[in-house]
Amino acid sequence: MENTLKGYKSIPGWGMDADPANEPTYPMKNYTGDDHNRIKYERSEQQPFTVELLQSIERPRPTVVFGTSVPPSGLSGIIRRYAFKHSEDRYRHWIPLILADRINVAEGLIDDLRAGHLPNLLAERGWRSELKYNSMGLAKKAFMATLITVVIWSCIRKHK
Amino acid sequence: MLAMNYRGPYRVRAEQRPMPEILHPEDAIVRVTRTCICGSDLHLYHGMVPDTRVGSTFGHEFTGVVEEVGPLVQKLKPGDHVLVPFNIACGKCNFCKQGLYGNCHESNNMATAVGGIFGYSHTAGGFDGGQAEYVRVPYADVGPTVIPPDMDPDDAVLLTDVVPTGYQAAEMGGIKEGDTVVVFGAGPIGIMAARCAWFFGASRVIIIDHIDYRLEFAKNYAKCEAYNFKSLEDPVVFLKKTTDWYGADVCIDCVGCEAEGNTLQTFSGRVALLQAGAATALQWAINSVKKGGIVSVVGVYGPPFNLVPIGNIVNKGITLRANQASVKRLLPKLIDHIQAGRLSPKELITHRIPLEEISDAYHIFSSKLDNCIKTVLIPSTK
Repeated sequence: MENTLKGYKSIPGWGMDADPANEPTYPMKNYTGDDHNRIKYERSEQQPFTVELLQSIERPRPTVVFGTSVPPSGLSGIIRRYAFKHSEDRYRHWIPLILADRINVAEGLIDDLRAGHLPNLLAERGWRSELKYNSMGLAKKAFMATLITVVIWSCIRKHK
Repeated sequence: MLAMNYRGPYRVRAEQRPMPEILHPEDAIVRVTRTCICGSDLHLYHGMVPDTRVGSTFGHEFTGVVEEVGPLVQKLKPGDHVLVPFNIACGKCNFCKQGLYGNCHESNNMATAVGGIFGYSHTAGGFDGGQAEYVRVPYADVGPTVIPPDMDPDDAVLLTDVVPTGYQAAEMGGIKEGDTVVVFGAGPIGIMAARCAWFFGASRVIIIDHIDYRLEFAKNYAKCEAYNFKSLEDPVVFLKKTTDWYGADVCIDCVGCEAEGNTLQTFSGRVALLQAGAATALQWAINSVKKGGIVSVVGVYGPPFNLVPIGNIVNKGITLRANQASVKRLLPKLIDHIQAGRLSPKELITHRIPLEEISDAYHIFSSKLDNCIKTVLIPSTK
């Protein structure tokens, strides 16, 4: 919003205590006053649009460069497009993105199988290093998993 | 080319992927020589950062040799060995012009709250990262810096994030001569922050964590006091008591959203995801600092919010300072510290692992196996 108080500089004492060295981010920020020019600064030429690009609605224009890694696709893509209709302030932005991430994991598994690749889930989780450096911990986990499975199986059999 | 491929929480693999291309006239293609796994990569690995898409390549700490440059790149040429700051910065927006290279306004189309970061989800711009044999580097004339010929490449790769982030954590603390500084988190960033606190004249540096081997490392490397919070009944009371019941002058949060130590924070932030991770370290920092003290935050927290005692910030008159490190701004000073022998970042590196074994590398770092402090991945094309 534009500042409508035109004569603010005539307010007694205006600016007399301003001290750039007291800028809260000093010395991290080399204060130039350019902030007051807002987004009117020289920009490089725009990166060509070669993939679908989702954009924060808090931006009036695309950024000069952008990442092209993994454009939105599938069900997760539909959810991500919905999320980007809402600002970064809203749950409607972030919760759908988290949901999309989880759905995307299942989509990734399906894509692997479609491509004829059976993912080695244990290897992807780095269990070889677990075996090498924490074999006792791994044995405990395996024992607990077996125990829980046996208990659940016994309960199911009992109910039958 | 070989690159890391994220398949979901706790699942990554190395596999062949298409070579990156010049997509903008100010781009460069860099052949990666060294790339690290950062503590903040673990937030992605654990599925904590929204819009982390399956198929992404992580990695924001890397060095490499310039293979190709776009037509508008003037300062770099093929063959230059460069270190690449983790932030992608245009150098022209008002934030970059004021030295806030971590807050560039022209590198992240997907969000306004954070600038572009290599390999750090679409929330940070959707750029592929450096855990690969080759990587696209936008704004090649701005961030990448030629590695001085006398510098060890292991020191150089830690200048892309760990050293500047640790240094800026201490810098933001506004440390005065004689101050007592408390650092929460004895990961690589916390250890570096503790080490750098001395540069600003601290008279006492304390580091808090719960992993003994890291505390031992921090004590030796950063010449600081180290305490395991699990052996303290109440870390805040302990810190008050050890500062003559006054509070630390400066507290630094180098932990971020995956903190331990508070059941409510852990449950609400890491189990139920009702907040953006557990803000235990930040809570302790706020409650341990003196009235009128400064809390510096470099720990990574995701959107949308965290539960912290904001009332205590008001009532104690605390100044809260935080940012992503402005790597480019700090590089000249930090290169000088290393060349003068005042700082030796490479001592943090405990594991060197081939890129092909990235699944194991992530698991070792994430599970803190084999006394791991810092992992460097080495591509076979180096």
